[in-house]
Amino acid sequence: MPPLWLVLIVLALGVVGYVLGRQKAMTSADGDSRHLHSLPVYYGTNVSLFVVLPALLVMVCWLIVQPILINNSVAGQIPASAIPDSGTLGLVMSDVRRVADGLDLAVSQGAMTGAEAGALQAGATDVRQLLADVGVALGSDVTETTLSAAQSFRSKSATGNLVMTVVVLALAVAGFVYSYGRTNKDFRARNVVEKVIRGILILAASIAILTTVGIVLSLVFNTIEFFKLYPAADFFFGTTWSPSFGGGSELGVLPLLWGTLYISVIALAVAVPIGLFAAIYLSEYAGPKARGIAKPLIEVLAGIPTIVYGLFALLTVGPLLVNTFGDGGALGVDWMSGASSVTTAGLVMGIMLIPFVSSLSDDIINAVPQAMRDGSFGLGATKSETVKQVVLPAALPGIVGAILLAASRAIGETMIVVLGAGAAARLSMNPLEAMTTVTAKIVSQLTGDADFASPEALVAFALGMTLFVMTLGLNVLALYIVRKYREQYE
Amino acid sequence: MYDNPNLERKVAQQDTKISARNVQVFYGDTHAIKDVNIEIPSRTVTAFIGPSGCGKSTFLRCLNRMNDTIDICRVEGDIDLDGENIYDKRVDPVQLRAKVGMVFQKPNPFPKSIYDNIAYGPRIHGLAKNKADLDEIVEKALRRGAIWNEVKDRLHAPGTGLSGGQQQRLCIARAVATEPEVLLMDEPCSALDPIATSQVEELIDELRDQYSVVIVTHSMQQAARVSQKTAFFHLGNLVEYGDTGQIFTNPQDSRTESYITGRIG
Ligand SMILES: Nc1ncnc2c1ncn2[C@@H]1O[C@H](COP(=O)(O)OP(=O)(O)O)[C@@H](O)[C@H]1O
Ligand SMILES: [Mg+2]
Repeated sequence: MPPLWLVLIVLALGVVGYVLGRQKAMTSADGDSRHLHSLPVYYGTNVSLFVVLPALLVMVCWLIVQPILINNSVAGQIPASAIPDSGTLGLVMSDVRRVADGLDLAVSQGAMTGAEAGALQAGATDVRQLLADVGVALGSDVTETTLSAAQSFRSKSATGNLVMTVVVLALAVAGFVYSYGRTNKDFRARNVVEKVIRGILILAASIAILTTVGIVLSLVFNTIEFFKLYPAADFFFGTTWSPSFGGGSELGVLPLLWGTLYISVIALAVAVPIGLFAAIYLSEYAGPKARGIAKPLIEVLAGIPTIVYGLFALLTVGPLLVNTFGDGGALGVDWMSGASSVTTAGLVMGIMLIPFVSSLSDDIINAVPQAMRDGSFGLGATKSETVKQVVLPAALPGIVGAILLAASRAIGETMIVVLGAGAAARLSMNPLEAMTTVTAKIVSQLTGDADFASPEALVAFALGMTLFVMTLGLNVLALYIVRKYREQYE
Repeated sequence: MYDNPNLERKVAQQDTKISARNVQVFYGDTHAIKDVNIEIPSRTVTAFIGPSGCGKSTFLRCLNRMNDTIDICRVEGDIDLDGENIYDKRVDPVQLRAKVGMVFQKPNPFPKSIYDNIAYGPRIHGLAKNKADLDEIVEKALRRGAIWNEVKDRLHAPGTGLSGGQQQRLCIARAVATEPEVLLMDEPCSALDPIATSQVEELIDELRDQYSVVIVTHSMQQAARVSQKTAFFHLGNLVEYGDTGQIFTNPQDSRTESYITGRIG
């Protein structure tokens, strides 16, 4: 039975369970819901939760684990001699799965029966032709080993699916019997439902946390792998970045870090003053009407996808800068040769960060108690004196936190850099020269057709790890500052 | 020391500091102050009393144009300070507030050092020629605020670290530091404990020799203890205004009498 059907059946059972559970509770209370411990809905919900949840949970786990187990057991059947020199076990296994899928397709289209598919012999039938007829193209003829492995793959999957269907349905029924049996007017269905809901919420939270842990671990392991192939000292202190896929690459991170920091600093130099002043205007000067119009407009900037900013950098800001600073430009100097430069990317990234800085600062400035402003006005201070000497100093720690958060976004930004800053890794002070960043290089190291086991590809993980540690550090620092600031008025 | 407060204290014949004529205040469509006329003498403590929501704070805030900072608030009528209309177009409300200082219900020291809290006003208005001058102003204000002895050893500690009563006296000292002529206080003791309250009340009594003090209070005992003149507000109207002793012993209006005897409030 296909999984979708199974899910629908379980859900239908859940609905039936809801109706029956509710009915039984009402009957046990002689049809008067005031005699029930909980509202009737809770009795229904209780039964249907017990029907649906265990069954679906087991099904999800099963669907994840079964393919892994079958893959391993089938892979064990393939003799080492059947693996060609140029390939790996992984390649052979993907052939096996393709053939197995093809046979499934052939059976479902009626080209042969299930029994025929199980009895096929590579020598006797042209399997490749047969599969091509149902629309599955194979790169080479099917060997006897592959075919028999595919057949065993199919039969194991079929058995597994059958067992799963039985187990899931049995669980659904068992859940029903158990919870329906417990249902009567004194049963505390409301409390049970409360607990189950708590469980669901905890599950969701743990999935989020486990995923994070998983991502970090994969970063760590691959980084360790990289440092086995490439000396860590050369990575951290090398001043040249020149990967060559033939070997003999120099993978020094310093030029990339320099590019990242340079661009981020320019971006912050644009975003912080503009964002902060916009926030001050919005929270201290603008009337409700102006605020109602301006605030959403500024926040629209935050909704623009970064790739669009990248295009803006590439097609508008870059050429504009070249027309100003380039050969034959408005200033009559020749400082800039191409549209890609640190300034291009920095300016555009700064524009991207404006709403981020302004909306965070706006919240923080609004959190400064009105009593502070009244106190200052009451002493005869003007608005800007009040802002400068009372509001901003009070909000300063929070604003620093906001700036650090913006910095960590700037460091992690990719698309604008790829399109606006160029691809040359360089250690240079000239802001009109093309440079590149850690993020942009991660993209280019993984989009080539490099072998994933080579240092040239694995370096992406080390770069990712470097970025992760940097942004994590900034975020922790920012959150610490923001939190400390929050306590100040309590 | 407040045994027989009202009757003994002679109210000398004094010049009028503030005079208000036909003052109306609206918050949007709400008519919060209705046709109030009052003459506030100089070097006197004048108390505004009345049930909450009757417009005491609103009227007080008219006297230094703090209502200008509220968008929906509209003030009509004339208020003269030393014979000059403070709602005149030529008057700068910012300058006015330096002359008419204000102390708020909740102590609101800035999150700065004690010294910087006091120096804030003098710095803004350029009252000090140099650092020594400023030091002197700060010390004088803190002495005036009856808090110098408690803070003289920690002038550079944050003002927010003081106790509530100390904070309120710090705020009074801060208002005094700009050398105002009038001090407005909106329920300055309502967030304080009894001991801090009596310290602040003592201070208010001392301030009377230099400033005109207008104090809003919901405590009639407090009004009786510290003020020489009392104004009773009810539902936006100034119902009765006169010498404190007379208001408390011999009110003319039945509403005043009910309020003082605790029948409305
Ligand atoms: N900022 C404001 N916006 C709208 N209405 C206000 C505002 N401040 C006060 N009011 C209204 O004005 C009236 C008088 O308030 P207030 O002067 O604070 O009274 P009191 O200080 O005597 O308790 C009340 O009805 C109150 O609701
Ligand atoms: Mg009030």
